Amino acid sequence: MQTHGLAELYRQMGRARAFELAVERLWRRGLISGEMHLGTGEEAVAAGVVTQLRAGDGLALTHRCSPALVVRGVPLVPMLREMLGQSDGLCGGRAGHMHLSSREHLVACSGIVGASLPRAAGFALAAKRLREGAVGVAFAGDGAMNQGMALETLNLAVAWSLPLLVVCIDNGWAITTRAGSVTAGELGARAEAFGWTVARADGLEVEEVQRAASELLARCRKGKGPALLHVTCPRIDGHFLGDPLLEQSRHLTGSAAKQTLGRVMSAAVSSGGGGALQRAASMVKMVGTMAKARRETGRGDRKDPLRVAHQAVKRAGGAVDVIDAEVEAEIASAVERALAGIEVRDA
Amino acid sequence: MRELTFGEAIDKAIEDAMARDASIVLCGEDVPLLRPALYARFGADRVLAAPISEAAFLGAAAGAAMAGLRPVVELYMVDFVAVALDALLNHAAKLASFSDGDWSCPLLLRAPCGGGYGDGGQHGQTLWGMLASIPGLTVVVPSTPADAYGLTTTALAHDGPVVLLEPKLLSAEWLEFLGRGGRETMTFDVPAEGARGAVAQAGEDGAAVPFGAAAVRRAGSDVTICSLAVGVHRALQAAERLGAEGVSCEVIDLRSLRPLDVETVVASLRKTGRLVVVDEDYREYGLSGELAAVALEAKLTPRFARVCVEDTLPYARERELAALPNVARICSAASALMA
Repeated sequence: MQTHGLAELYRQMGRARAFELAVERLWRRGLISGEMHLGTGEEAVAAGVVTQLRAGDGLALTHRCSPALVVRGVPLVPMLREMLGQSDGLCGGRAGHMHLSSREHLVACSGIVGASLPRAAGFALAAKRLREGAVGVAFAGDGAMNQGMALETLNLAVAWSLPLLVVCIDNGWAITTRAGSVTAGELGARAEAFGWTVARADGLEVEEVQRAASELLARCRKGKGPALLHVTCPRIDGHFLGDPLLEQSRHLTGSAAKQTLGRVMSAAVSSGGGGALQRAASMVKMVGTMAKARRETGRGDRKDPLRVAHQAVKRAGGAVDVIDAEVEAEIASAVERALAGIEVRDA
Repeated sequence: MRELTFGEAIDKAIEDAMARDASIVLCGEDVPLLRPALYARFGADRVLAAPISEAAFLGAAAGAAMAGLRPVVELYMVDFVAVALDALLNHAAKLASFSDGDWSCPLLLRAPCGGGYGDGGQHGQTLWGMLASIPGLTVVVPSTPADAYGLTTTALAHDGPVVLLEPKLLSAEWLEFLGRGGRETMTFDVPAEGARGAVAQAGEDGAAVPFGAAAVRRAGSDVTICSLAVGVHRALQAAERLGAEGVSCEVIDLRSLRPLDVETVVASLRKTGRLVVVDEDYREYGLSGELAAVALEAKLTPRFARVCVEDTLPYARERELAALPNVARICSAASALMA
């Protein structure tokens, strides 16, 4: 598989980010309903892995799906129209942003955590019988790796020698619980124990992700069994937009944080319940979770993968400004076309 | 009495019960964050953060319930019970039968349910009919804060597995968390009487609501409307409108699907001879068909209509609102029975 140069990878990352930011603006205006799980922070994973896929490869995604869809080439306007609930949207307005799918691209998303693994195993099984050399690919969070169906797939994929690549996007969170506090062992080692080939990559470094994905996919395509790519990356916008943990952690003196604190303090001194030590331990853990949320990488921070890639392209003498402008124009035009004919309440 | 929101009423009932009964433990994804007051008061030994492993923690809770604990399990949404159904269907629900009544599984599963806020078809289901079809389970769905407190209290003293569903549209906390997300730009059709109200406290009358007892929310003589959860409020609005047109509706809030208060339903049907079932669950093989069977078994043949969810809930908001039981659909179903 041909590798893509850094500039092209950066462009794909930029498209994914700009798309997410456009979605956020539409969501904030009330034009998109429901929970909105942005994939901001995952751009290097999406670009590094998805650029290595071929036609015929199946891709099973999660509730945080749009970066991979954008890189996969799913058309932007129908995706946006779907999120806007229009009957000419990608899925007729029936699915929404958590359940996007495109049969043509053999890609489908799910709001059930962990479900991408068995689904991609099925894509891999079909590939093995119908499209030699093709693979199934699952994106899944680190939290999802504790789901029963995910663990069962670790076994099944070896038993059936499936051409399956699982990309574990490790952002350190299981919804709003610190993943490490509810996860035993190390995820890569877990898969290795089942006989998977495992590679690890830094989700801030898109070329590193691409290299690792390319090697693992080559193995899968040759029928050498399943592989896991374990990538760490930040979760820039919390579990979903409006995530109260992130909001309250970032605004400790805000009214919501004060209200929570008031409830917690009054409960903590109520008679009946745990001993003083247990109560103190709870407080310490809560503060720890908030501290982790507070430390989380923000947009444009030093550890924002988009910024890392931006600087790398710049250092290599690439035309970042031109790429940025082209990306911005592409997304702006898609949003404009997607909004055509929609009565915008706040306009 | 004191004024609480729907979600606060359930939280308060759990907190009061945990203070009384040291065998109660709470587990689920994110519960220290979702229930910080319980976590602060009862500690990590009794408020357990779970990994995203519904099959494991619901199954473990069922085992713990067999061995002396009284677990309260929270699912983020009832839709996710699909991942863990075995623990309920094949284990918790069957223990009393398999032990010939000798062994029980006092487990409370609390799960938000229902749509109306545009979250799509994997996050807006109610599934209460499917759950209530399982012998050995108790399934209750309150429609007011008072009943939310009362049914939770009863569940936490009950000697068997109970599913308590919490309609998200009535539960301001869930609606904010999942639907609004801090936005001023979203509006939801929330029935005010269901979202906030007076709640009897422990020791007061009405602090425990028995299972299997429906509540007649409005008396009438022409049409019986049976519903639960958000549907009760829609039915009351419809009854008001129909009343203005000279059609007198009796609105029954079932509150509990299993056990079902057959007596109250049948008594009303004897009076009205017409039944409209308003059910935010799927139409086929569910509550609405069950109530038709209840009537037939009582040797009644009321004129019958049902206003239910007929397909996978669409994401697009207007289409979702049209797919959910709403006042217009209820009025037209009831009027058709009068023709």
